[in-house]
Amino acid sequence: MANTDITSKTMDGMGPHGTVVGLLRVLGPAHVWALGVGIVLVGEYMGWNFAVGKGGAYAALIACWFAGILYTCVAMIDSEVTSTVAAAGGQYTQAKHIVGPLMAFNVGLYLTFAYTMLEAANAITAGYLIYVVSTMTGYAGELDQRPFIILVIMFLAWLNYRGVLATLTFNLVITAIAFVAILVLFLSTSGILGGGIMQHAALMEGHELPYGWIGVLAAMHFGLWYYLGIEGTTQAAEEVRSPARALPFGTLAGIMTLLIAATLTWYVCSGVLPWEFLGDGVNGSVAPLFDTARLSGSNALVWLLGIGTLFATLASANGCINDASRAWFAMGRDKYLPGWFGAVHPKFRTPYRSIIFLVPIALIFALGAPLDQVITFSILSGLLEYTFMPLNVILFRKKWPLNTIKRGYEHPFHPLPALVLLCLCGITFFAVFLGYGTQLIAMIGFYIVVSLWFHFWRYRFVNRGTQFTMPWPKPQGY
Amino acid sequence: MARYKAPVQSKASQIFDVIFLVVLTLGALFVPLKMGLSGAAKTVAEPVANPTWESLGQTPAQAAQYEALGYDPASAHDLILARFDYSFTAGALIAMIVVIVAYYVLMLKFSETEYREVIAEKFDGK
Repeated sequence: MANTDITSKTMDGMGPHGTVVGLLRVLGPAHVWALGVGIVLVGEYMGWNFAVGKGGAYAALIACWFAGILYTCVAMIDSEVTSTVAAAGGQYTQAKHIVGPLMAFNVGLYLTFAYTMLEAANAITAGYLIYVVSTMTGYAGELDQRPFIILVIMFLAWLNYRGVLATLTFNLVITAIAFVAILVLFLSTSGILGGGIMQHAALMEGHELPYGWIGVLAAMHFGLWYYLGIEGTTQAAEEVRSPARALPFGTLAGIMTLLIAATLTWYVCSGVLPWEFLGDGVNGSVAPLFDTARLSGSNALVWLLGIGTLFATLASANGCINDASRAWFAMGRDKYLPGWFGAVHPKFRTPYRSIIFLVPIALIFALGAPLDQVITFSILSGLLEYTFMPLNVILFRKKWPLNTIKRGYEHPFHPLPALVLLCLCGITFFAVFLGYGTQLIAMIGFYIVVSLWFHFWRYRFVNRGTQFTMPWPKPQGY
Repeated sequence: MARYKAPVQSKASQIFDVIFLVVLTLGALFVPLKMGLSGAAKTVAEPVANPTWESLGQTPAQAAQYEALGYDPASAHDLILARFDYSFTAGALIAMIVVIVAYYVLMLKFSETEYREVIAEKFDGK
């Protein structure tokens, strides 16, 4: 077995890339959990309810659980691979070492766009929430949401610029508060504490499956939103103190947290809000947990869920800036993008140029596109990434079988999780096709064009052998 | 065989590359949006004149929740009756499958070519 202990001091920071200033190794498992859950928890506060609109409330629940299976496979596969690839860039770096440069370039773009679009969606929701609060507190005019959208993105980018430990500690606190808010809402409205207000049967009467079973398939599209971003834990690989332990632990604890939160969210919202209102995230319920609290009759719950929604959007946008900038930075460091992006701040030790560069991109999307389109763009990038993962792990096991390099975690039942993941990705592509087919084709067209551009133009600026930075043995079959 | 030495890219060329990527990214989202091809438009197939909660298919429990949210039958009309159209042609479905499969095949094929160069240079010194 090769000496591939990723906790080795000799592999610390940027060592494998030969640079002097590296990212700081300061994070623990709780930070990894906070990064993963922090990005995703906003999916319970907004966006998942478009799944109700695509298929009805029961369809959204089925989608929630099938998407949960999809993401459990993602977490298992990711935990194994990333526990051996402890470098910034996450799946991008995995693809570079396991599949090849063009795949890595595409994965880097998936990551950047999935997270940047998610960040934009978060900022839109934060702006909307402030607008609602202004009307609830008696403001008579039409509050302009744009300054708040800009403020959210700029403030969080500044926080990321200043340092990763402060950023993710901030995330840990606000994510925990947002998660507790969901639990309190569930306990307060379900009848466990005091009188319950749930009326699932009455609200769904005559509307159990309004589109039939094709609606269940269609709902898988936004079912991904319950969990999208949990795979972002791997972006912190170069900044955790013990990658082999912290990454699998933080990721798997994160997916368990989200499965609970997603189910509770569906339960409380679909038991209080009519499905047509719940399912329209643009003209109806933009923030369903908050709307549920509004109908609870409790001002305390309204405030708690208002704060929870705001914190969830901030935590998610914060984590997204962190992850998108790491992916962009990693591609710049390898010259897949101009090397200028591969710089680390001399004082704060953060990928500051990548952080700054992505701010206007997020602003353009947050200020210029409707929420469902921004979410679809993010989901599509995520879906393309999840389709890459089974290919990645199958090739990983083939090129480096279990006895050839040390893994921090070995996922069980291989290749079953990979095959299940591939099937669920196929179903979700069909779900996106139902209603958003043009977006799907435009997105794939974009990736085909940039792939050709990379292969025939950009790749000439990349040195060949130096891209392979892991201390692994030669892959089998080469 | 000599190791591949990448040429140094000029600043202007680097800037052009970044602009190219950004323009393509914006185009992928905004072109379908501006051309009205972004899909997902829910439509009301059969509008109801002078709507009531009953004519909108709402039970008393459902109507009560709408009223608690500040809606009346007229303002809730479009929200309640708008539906997606999931009809599609076999040709459109096949076209989507072909595009997705072609994309992954293209990417895996080009990646494999590039990967063999990387491995050869890293491990065989070629």
